[in-house]
Amino acid sequence: MMTAVPISWFLTLSAILFALGVAGFLFRRNIITVFMSIELMLNAVNLSFVTFSYHHKNVAGHLFTFFVMVVAAAEAAVGLAIILTVFRNRGTLNVDEIDSMKN
Amino acid sequence: MQLWLIPILPLAGFLINGIFGRRFSKSLVNAVAIGSVVLSFLWVVKTLFGLGGLNDAHIEHYFTWIQSGLPDQPDFLQVNCDFMVDRLTAVFLLVITGVGSLIHIYATGYMAHEGGYYRFFAYLNLFMFFMLVLVMGASYLLLFVGWEGVGLCSYLLIGFYFDKQFATTAGMKAFIVNRIGDFGFALAMFYIFRMFGSLEFSKVLPQAASATEEKLAIIGLLLMVGACGKSAQIPLYTWLPDAMAGPTPVSALIHAATMVTAGVYMTARSNVIYYHAPGAAGIIAIIGIATAFFAATIGMAQNDIKKVFAYSTVSQLGYMFVGIGSGAYGAGVWHVVTHAFFKALLFLGAGSVIHALEGEQDMRHMGGLRKKIPITFWTMCCAWVAISGIPPFSGFFSKDAILAAAYEHSHPIYWIGVITAGITAFYVSRAMFMTFFGEPRGHHHPHESPPVMWIPLAILALLSLAGGFLFNVPEYLKEIFPPIHEAEQPWLVFISVAAGLIGIGLAYVIYLWKPGMADSLAATLKAPYQIIYNKYFIDEFYNATVVKPTVWLSRVVLWKGADAGLIDGAVNGIGARSRDAGSVLRLLQSGNIRSYAAWVLFGGVALMAAMALAGGLR
Repeated sequence: MMTAVPISWFLTLSAILFALGVAGFLFRRNIITVFMSIELMLNAVNLSFVTFSYHHKNVAGHLFTFFVMVVAAAEAAVGLAIILTVFRNRGTLNVDEIDSMKN
Repeated sequence: MQLWLIPILPLAGFLINGIFGRRFSKSLVNAVAIGSVVLSFLWVVKTLFGLGGLNDAHIEHYFTWIQSGLPDQPDFLQVNCDFMVDRLTAVFLLVITGVGSLIHIYATGYMAHEGGYYRFFAYLNLFMFFMLVLVMGASYLLLFVGWEGVGLCSYLLIGFYFDKQFATTAGMKAFIVNRIGDFGFALAMFYIFRMFGSLEFSKVLPQAASATEEKLAIIGLLLMVGACGKSAQIPLYTWLPDAMAGPTPVSALIHAATMVTAGVYMTARSNVIYYHAPGAAGIIAIIGIATAFFAATIGMAQNDIKKVFAYSTVSQLGYMFVGIGSGAYGAGVWHVVTHAFFKALLFLGAGSVIHALEGEQDMRHMGGLRKKIPITFWTMCCAWVAISGIPPFSGFFSKDAILAAAYEHSHPIYWIGVITAGITAFYVSRAMFMTFFGEPRGHHHPHESPPVMWIPLAILALLSLAGGFLFNVPEYLKEIFPPIHEAEQPWLVFISVAAGLIGIGLAYVIYLWKPGMADSLAATLKAPYQIIYNKYFIDEFYNATVVKPTVWLSRVVLWKGADAGLIDGAVNGIGARSRDAGSVLRLLQSGNIRSYAAWVLFGGVALMAAMALAGGLR
């Protein structure tokens, strides 16, 4: 049945998801939302990997996906810990207010 | 034969005095300084006895100093650290260490009350080291090492009284003027290497006979430029009179007896080159006679006793170059020897006079010193008759030999030489009369110098009187120089002696018999007198044409233009532009995560667009 769905649809979906992630990253101020946008972008990339892997009958794409998922899980753990600490210290989750590196 | 001991001894003296001298007592400094030079002299004597007749050059090889290229290539350069002694070197070795020892002994008395005592003797010993390297080096490059070394010591000793502006200026002048000459010498060495593939005397000089005259003339003239700088010939002589700012023993040792004769040594060493390039030799003779005459006339009108002898030295060096240029190398070297005796004596005597008058150098404030300092007077009289060319004293022999050769070479040069001999007798007599005769004009209480000063004077006096017939240098050197045609004109002797006697007589008439005559003559001949008194305005001329433009060029173009404008401008400009760029770029560093993300996106899109435009990855 998979042959019925053309590869371009998967790639388009991947691109749309990625664009949504980028937009979320750029325009949302809540740090949790930004974080979720990053996950969205990662998964959009994962989707393209899997698509190409299937299309080329090459298992490397799958392997990349697993790596990305593992790294994303680790990153989520660290990232959430940072967010927690930031919130405790600053009492805010607005990324625009977390700019103490400036000057 | 352990030739290396000869220069190493003074070097050791320099190191010991230079490093530890500050803590030494004066007698210990004396012992080291005099001991090293006297030992060196004794070693020279022992070596020369050991070498016997010295019919061939004795060369000692120590080590290879510089090696470049492959042995069978034309650009192969090998310079060895070799010392060589032949008859020419032997003559110079004896003069340098002999007269040097006497002057060292004298200096312990003369410098007794000066500050920087150990420093003075350390420099003097260092000078001896380099001078000995200069005459013993077996290649042009090793000669050049000594050549530059003595220049350095000359600079250090002229500027010995470094708290006096004129002394430091004179030191710099000597150093810079010598650079011009050294430039010529360096070019000559490059050319010699290119033509003969070596710098060793033993390889270059035998080949010289087969080279074309044109090439030899170029080498000869370039070497002459070097000799003109070191031996104070026209047009580079101006540093030597100023060099009298140094202590008097320095004037005697470096600026009269030894260092300034290095140019004569070097040209005499290169005699084969000049023999096969008579044109270059002729130019040397012309420069020599012009310098001799020119400096002698200046010497007539100077009032500073050391200045008179300084110009006299320039003039006598001119004679030596006349000898070299006329092909009479032996006569030129003979004059080096006799001049070392009588001019060192004149300077040391002048130093004794200055010492007696507590620093007075102006002859107008002297007079009548004959009775007060008789030993100084009588020893200086010996130098007086020697330099005036009165037979049978030393100056007569060497000057006569030079003039005889000049007569064979060119009659005008001979006659100018005779006139110069008369002028020489005149100015030395004038100095003697103004200093020792007449009424005392100063308010000093002169005292005779201590024995440590007058004993060297006495020895030099004996040498000045007898040096001419004791040491027949041309006969000794006959084997190593090309043969010359002796002028068989006995009347030549009478002419030069007559010129000397006329000079003395004129000085007697003008300065003793009719004491007012000098001033009235100066008043009648105002214009010529002023020109001579002001040394032909040569210093002013050089200042206006060379020094000022150079300083202007350095200050305005090189300093303000190139250095401050171009180099500093470029460096500072890069710094300022970086700062400007930074002040714009730092706006990017907002600390705002979302703007960073936007930049990342922008960069990614730009990268992809670029790749798309370039046609993908492949």
